[in-house]
Amino acid sequence: MARFVMEFERPLVDLEDKLAELKALDVASLPELAAEIEDLEREVERLRETLYAALSPWERVQVSRHPSRPKTDDYVAGLFTDVVELRGDRAYGDDEAVFTALATLDGWRIVVIGHRKGRTTKENVRRNFGSPHPEGFRKARRAMRLAEKFSLPVVTFLDTAGAYPGLEDEERGQAWAIAECLATLSDLPVPVVVVGIGEGGSGGALAIGFGDRLIMLENAYYSVISPEMCAMILYKDTARAAESASALALTADDLMRLGIADEVVPEPLGGAHRDPAPVIAAVGERITSALETLSAGDTGALLENRYGRLRAIGVFAEGDG
Amino acid sequence: MPINDWFKQRESRRYTVTSGSGADLPDGVWRTCPGCRKTLYQGDVAKSLSVCPHCGHHFELIAADRIEALVDPGSFEQTNASIGSVDPLRFSAVKPYTESLAAARESCGLAEAVITGRARIGGRAVAIGALDFRFVGASMGSAVGEKVTRLFELAIAERRAVVLVVASGGARMQEGMLSLMQMAKTAAAAERLARAGLPYVSVLVNPTYGGVTASFAVLADVIFAEPGALVGFAGPRLVEQTIRRSLPKGFQSAESLVDHGMIDGVVPRAEMRGRVAAVLGYLLPGGDV
Repeated sequence: MARFVMEFERPLVDLEDKLAELKALDVASLPELAAEIEDLEREVERLRETLYAALSPWERVQVSRHPSRPKTDDYVAGLFTDVVELRGDRAYGDDEAVFTALATLDGWRIVVIGHRKGRTTKENVRRNFGSPHPEGFRKARRAMRLAEKFSLPVVTFLDTAGAYPGLEDEERGQAWAIAECLATLSDLPVPVVVVGIGEGGSGGALAIGFGDRLIMLENAYYSVISPEMCAMILYKDTARAAESASALALTADDLMRLGIADEVVPEPLGGAHRDPAPVIAAVGERITSALETLSAGDTGALLENRYGRLRAIGVFAEGDG
Repeated sequence: MPINDWFKQRESRRYTVTSGSGADLPDGVWRTCPGCRKTLYQGDVAKSLSVCPHCGHHFELIAADRIEALVDPGSFEQTNASIGSVDPLRFSAVKPYTESLAAARESCGLAEAVITGRARIGGRAVAIGALDFRFVGASMGSAVGEKVTRLFELAIAERRAVVLVVASGGARMQEGMLSLMQMAKTAAAAERLARAGLPYVSVLVNPTYGGVTASFAVLADVIFAEPGALVGFAGPRLVEQTIRRSLPKGFQSAESLVDHGMIDGVVPRAEMRGRVAAVLGYLLPGGDV
């Protein structure tokens, strides 16, 4: 598969390519190469650190969209056992942009809901690049109801550019499907743990994107509107998405600062795709630790607390009147 | 002055094309109906709840007029009037968010894009709110989310029905994620009202879009819309760009929403009060005590 290079990491990738070329040579027969390789390795490391040490919000958005970034499928395969996929909304169809399943995580029986991007073009076409139709949200809601009925905690994975803005989607009630998920999730009487693993695009992400704990990957984003669309509205120019990304306060750190996210999972330099296994394992640990805390109290307190979390979000002025 | 220019100037003087509400206009002003292109005398328009007497086109109304058109005369008592937006992200693009807010406050005489309060409809106790599209497109930021949430909470505490007249451009992007989360917050409050067994009627007016449609607006027990109102999640331009063909006639109109099973009816403005009262008669019996 062709390698995907984000524009801002081009200098590093060029250097890495050069290093790989050198390493491919027969080092044993050319001892003087060893020193050169060592120098180059140090240089690559230095560049990697400076390049990725302080990613701008727009660069993080690009990392979050990297085609090799671990996706819902990778977390499911890496963390869960005995996975039984649940398909269909029982009304119209099965939207593959949303994955729902019964699964086991470290002894916890769980309902998993996640946006599902594909790895290959073929997969992505079937999954509509992870942008759900109303059926996807209705399938998610069906899974939530199942979790309620059988008292199973819910774990969700966010990775969508947003709900699909198609013609039939509008006619089949995209807004209704999302709103119903919000209402259902708001008082679902089981623990709900949300993990932002990639893109958190607006209402389509929010539909499965709030609960009792919000864990964000370092380079995942969560936003009211995509930076491109925001730039289009503000400047009539999608090329100014970088400015919009900064203005929208959409990074994991921003969400911590705003009191919306609870914790951030660090990623290896360059992003989770450079070394997925430890990131996936860390996410698993954060989920089980959250479930242990959240399962300790009673359901009434859980729901009061969830409502209280939402209730506290917002900054406004209030006079005496 | 060349005679053509004189005509042009005279045209623009005579056919005052207005945006915003007729309530802002003095009685002596003429306006052109976008529905039938007829020239209307503002005094006549105002007398008919801002509905064109020729073709039935529903002009935009300001929030206060929306409420007045629905509630029993003199029964409205405003709540949380002082809640207003601030600029938590120091958002500045083409112009600073604080400037947009100041301009909206100046021109609308409102602290925020929604008016809320207690009232009676057909004698029954309601908590009522109306959004005002003139105010930053009636978009939902922290302040709108808070006022709508408090309205639901007031209704629960005082056993009232909720009636909301909704128009909105969606979540207010100038407050970023704080705005997106207001969708969950208002939906959670609407859900609490539902659990309390209290009715909620929403009236969707032109235009209602984005994060407001996809949260409290459509979580009502009964949803009505005004004739011709456009309601959806994604705006028509975005949908058109996405599917790369032109949209069918009437796409996202209130009339097509009925056909697709999304709302309970298209109700002309003059009949809305009676229709809402009839619903409350069934869903909030004894609510007049």
